[in-house]
Amino acid sequence: MKLGLVVDLDTCVGCHGCATACKQWNTSGTIGPLSDKDPYGRDPNGAWLNRIRTYEVDDSPNSKTVNMPMSCMHCDDAACVTVCPTGASYKRSEDGIVLVDQDKCMGCNLCSWACPYGARELDPDAGTMKKCTLCVDRIYDESLPEDERKPACVLTCPTKSRVFGDFDDPNSEVSQLVRDRAGKQLMPELGYNPVNTYLPPRNKPVVEQYQPSLKATVKGWVNKVISR
Amino acid sequence: MHPAFSVLVFTVMSGAGYGLITLMVIGHLSGLSQLQDSSVLLSAGILSFVMISGGLLSSTLHLANPKNAWRAFSRFKTSWLSREAVFAILLYPFMLIYLGAIWMDMTGAVVSVAGILTAVFAMVTLFCTSMIYASLKTIRQWNSSLTPVNYIALGLMSGAVLLAAVQSVVGGDLAGVLQQLALALVVLGAVCKVIYFFWIGKPAGSTINTATGFTQASVRLLDQGHTSNSFLNDEFGYTVEANKLVRLRLLMLGVAFVVPFLLLLSASSALLVIAAASTIAGLLVERWLFFAEARHVVRLFHGDQRV
Ligand code: SF4
Ligand code: SF4
Ligand code: SF4
Repeated sequence: MKLGLVVDLDTCVGCHGCATACKQWNTSGTIGPLSDKDPYGRDPNGAWLNRIRTYEVDDSPNSKTVNMPMSCMHCDDAACVTVCPTGASYKRSEDGIVLVDQDKCMGCNLCSWACPYGARELDPDAGTMKKCTLCVDRIYDESLPEDERKPACVLTCPTKSRVFGDFDDPNSEVSQLVRDRAGKQLMPELGYNPVNTYLPPRNKPVVEQYQPSLKATVKGWVNKVISR
Repeated sequence: MHPAFSVLVFTVMSGAGYGLITLMVIGHLSGLSQLQDSSVLLSAGILSFVMISGGLLSSTLHLANPKNAWRAFSRFKTSWLSREAVFAILLYPFMLIYLGAIWMDMTGAVVSVAGILTAVFAMVTLFCTSMIYASLKTIRQWNSSLTPVNYIALGLMSGAVLLAAVQSVVGGDLAGVLQQLALALVVLGAVCKVIYFFWIGKPAGSTINTATGFTQASVRLLDQGHTSNSFLNDEFGYTVEANKLVRLRLLMLGVAFVVPFLLLLSASSALLVIAAASTIAGLLVERWLFFAEARHVVRLFHGDQRV
């Protein structure tokens, strides 16, 4: 199995719902708490496992606003795991999930340096590395109804822009989406082979530009000349 | 990259210590006449021991959870940081045997074997330290064979200046060979550093387009998603004005290379001690620049067009 997420950049509205649901679930999950420094003060700073950034792509009038949520990509070639000196970071062979054993981490930050996607954040209170667990404590929990055995961020997304599934199964929803919508990896040139895949925005007609008629152009010019 | 002071101190001090003990062992075992006096050898050996140990202790200060530091020996097969830790510890018994044998005026195989192993482990540890940085594909300015070359050249260089200083202070007048060696290594170190500056000046690698996957249009950051800083901003967003960097580069080249070179020509003990201090101070600036000029690819997601 190769578990991961597909994120649809066409429909994500950038509401930060997934990031909030992630923080809420995981702060009391296996790697919790996700502590914050100065949470209600002037300069709050804390560990989040999912962040949403917003970009403007292309130039007006063709420009488009794209919201890009990013959590750990559970890379196939995860250098964050190989650099870790303590063995705290590991990749599970059965489903490819990359995790940090909170009891072993010494807080050296090296794994966060090795991650190209900014997916790892040091917990300011515990001094250990925190990262997306793919909600490993939800997806296998048999006490939950079957349709809720999904990551918190996937369940909460109001536009269904996050899809969870097995990339090794060619008929899974994620594999089909990647095929049909030409899913992309971020920064593929670094060779980490990220599992999470992004669906680019669909092509739509560009905004139509207003073309004044010949009569209106002449009228406008005459008005300008006369008023001088 | 945010320069952590404890890491700067660690790499400069232990690098100089490893360079010093290595050159001393080579000079001693190859029979250089000024390096047979046990008081010179012990002074240089103890100085090296203190610098290495002080550096290693300083390196643990940047750990956020040091109680698990002992686990760092466990991933020798994959992690350069783990290898560094293992070799740094392996060095100690041989260095102690070597220095102990000198102290007891022993000669023969024990001294040679312990000395050679000390020098080998010193260089291997220094190499592992440099590979921690050189192996990171996420930081173009580090991901190069120039990184280990720089670390080893600068470690040997600072070691040579220290050795010249100790030998002239403890042993009377400065040995010509040590003076020439230090001069040559200072020139070598400066050349390596200047090549590195030229090399990192050439833009290359990932861009905001490959990072976001939009490779056929311009991409600009509108919002990074949080109003105050995060761990990522603090660690990777460290930015210094370009002209301040240029000034610091010039200052560093002067203090780390030009000043020691000129002072070494004098061969006076007092000036050699100043030369050694100047080298160490210059290398601290050099290490600071090594971090401050390194640009992690996460910056692309936070709006940088290229790294
Ligand atoms: S996204 Fe980063 S933290 Fe996650 S597996 Fe890849 S390299 Fe490791
Ligand atoms: S911070 Fe923790 S998980 Fe990351 S490399 Fe260091 S010990 Fe490993
Ligand atoms: S899968 Fe779970 S841990 Fe990962 S981003 Fe989603 S909610 Fe957070």
